[in-house]
Amino acid sequence: MINKSTQVEENTEGYREIEITVFRYNSQNKNDTPEYQTYKLIETPGMTLYIALIKIWSTMDHHLSFDFVCRAGICGSCSMVVNGKPRLACKTRTNEFEDGKITLLPLPTFKHIKDLSVDTGNWMNAMSKKVESWIHTKEKTDIAAIEKPIEPEDAQAVFDLDRCIECGICLASCSTKIMREDFVGAVGLNRTARFAIDPHDERTDAEFYELIGDDNGVFGCMSLMGCEDHCPKELPLQTKIAYMRRKMVKA
Amino acid sequence: MSQKDNTVELLTGKNNFGKKSRIPAKLDFLQSVTGLFLALFITFHILFESSILFGKEAMYRLTKLFEGEPFIEGGEPLIITALAMVIFSMFIFHAFLAMRKFPASYKEYQRYRAHRELLNHQDTNLWFIQITTGFAMFFLGSIHLYMMMTSPEKIGPYASADRIFSDWMWPMYLLLLVSVVMHAWVGVYRLIIKWGWFDGKDPRKNRKRSKLIIKVLIAVYLFIGLVSLASYMKIGYDHQSDYGSRYVMEKIK
Ligand code: HEM
Ligand code: SF4
Ligand code: FES
Repeated sequence: MINKSTQVEENTEGYREIEITVFRYNSQNKNDTPEYQTYKLIETPGMTLYIALIKIWSTMDHHLSFDFVCRAGICGSCSMVVNGKPRLACKTRTNEFEDGKITLLPLPTFKHIKDLSVDTGNWMNAMSKKVESWIHTKEKTDIAAIEKPIEPEDAQAVFDLDRCIECGICLASCSTKIMREDFVGAVGLNRTARFAIDPHDERTDAEFYELIGDDNGVFGCMSLMGCEDHCPKELPLQTKIAYMRRKMVKA
Repeated sequence: MSQKDNTVELLTGKNNFGKKSRIPAKLDFLQSVTGLFLALFITFHILFESSILFGKEAMYRLTKLFEGEPFIEGGEPLIITALAMVIFSMFIFHAFLAMRKFPASYKEYQRYRAHRELLNHQDTNLWFIQITTGFAMFFLGSIHLYMMMTSPEKIGPYASADRIFSDWMWPMYLLLLVSVVMHAWVGVYRLIIKWGWFDGKDPRKNRKRSKLIIKVLIAVYLFIGLVSLASYMKIGYDHQSDYGSRYVMEKIK
């Protein structure tokens, strides 16, 4: 592994210089070897990692790969490992790091593409199918009619869990998922909880058991709480996994 | 389950009725039940052991109480054998169930370890304590329990102290003590989270509180355990020249 370093720009306004070290590797290229590359740049006020990476990309290194869409913590594309912690880059300010040294790695457990870019989409899609992430009802849906009303508390509880942005941070923070590839993780268990509490969904506990009643599902969780402690949307993952576990042991 | 049912599950991953097996649910639940049982046992066991801190007589009386002395003249050590057998069975059953969670290959271990070091997350680190102490107890716990089953009569202020000091059991007991205290309390913390026992209105705050209480309990139990062990060491040291002779209560003498 080599360490490369790239230096740019004159510091004219007295802002501090920060060092961003990035994992560089192209998984598509058989001859490529992983390396860490360090970029030095001037920190501007309010700088996020998104801004810093765009600056590196536009002024120093056009070959650096990373993903962003919304820049506002909504789309979940920009998750990466920031000094050991999986986080959203667009919601992480550089001034949080006192020594100005930041190391960026791609999210582990997902299929690596290049540099900071990983494929979360296909995994999430497969997970959605695995836990049958849609309303199951015998009632025929009439899209012209107004939806059947439900209790405001139920709606609130469902919306709360629906805030998940599929960023994959819960999986990248989970040692169980790191060890056992087929584990559905907090995002999958949270999804089943979301439908289990939704009155529109008619599935019974026994039916949910068919989806998550094994060691790849809820019984695989070892309560390490990486998900709970890193989820950028602060979803109640700890309590929702426990909720599904209690249901499933009785199902 | 019959051979035929087993074959159906082998071929389809589902049982005869086209349903997933309920066994994983039972395993998960029983892992917690056996863990909790052992944790409760050890909570009292360490306290009983510490009776030595109140003097040889206190420890002697308690030992005789466990041997059923109020009802049986002179006490019956076989009661201890029976008790140790129950604990040993639970211990083996728990180890059998929890073993499923150990990293099972180099790849799993490498990935777990690298990730744990990268993440540096407290609860993930606590799990590491749990598997290392669990692994150590395969051996340490078995030695101790087997001895209690086979030589139950050799418990008492001098008999235990001789075993610990002159028979060189103290390094084993020291390791066992540290392992069991950490493992049991970290395990109880895990149970609290796993089943959502004390979620209350603010689960996040209550989790912090549970963790703090667990840390205090680990410190308290380590302290009690270590001081008791030191006390047996001292007694054993002073008793070297009389090795093997048994404690007799003052009044009886
Ligand atoms: C050979 C002996 C033992 C082994 C190999 C062992 C192993 C383990 C492992 C690997 C876990 C973690 C399971 C998971 O993450 O899901 C665990 C959990 C636990 N252990 Fe042990 N253990 C042993 C003895 C004990 C003893 C002596 C106690 C109590 C004094 C105990 C109490 C617990 C508790 C309360 C849990 C939490 C249970 C759960 O998460 O469902 N264990 N054990
Ligand atoms: S549960 Fe949280 S951490 Fe996991 S994918 Fe959803 S938003 Fe991301
Ligand atoms: S870019 Fe959409 S969450 Fe960061």
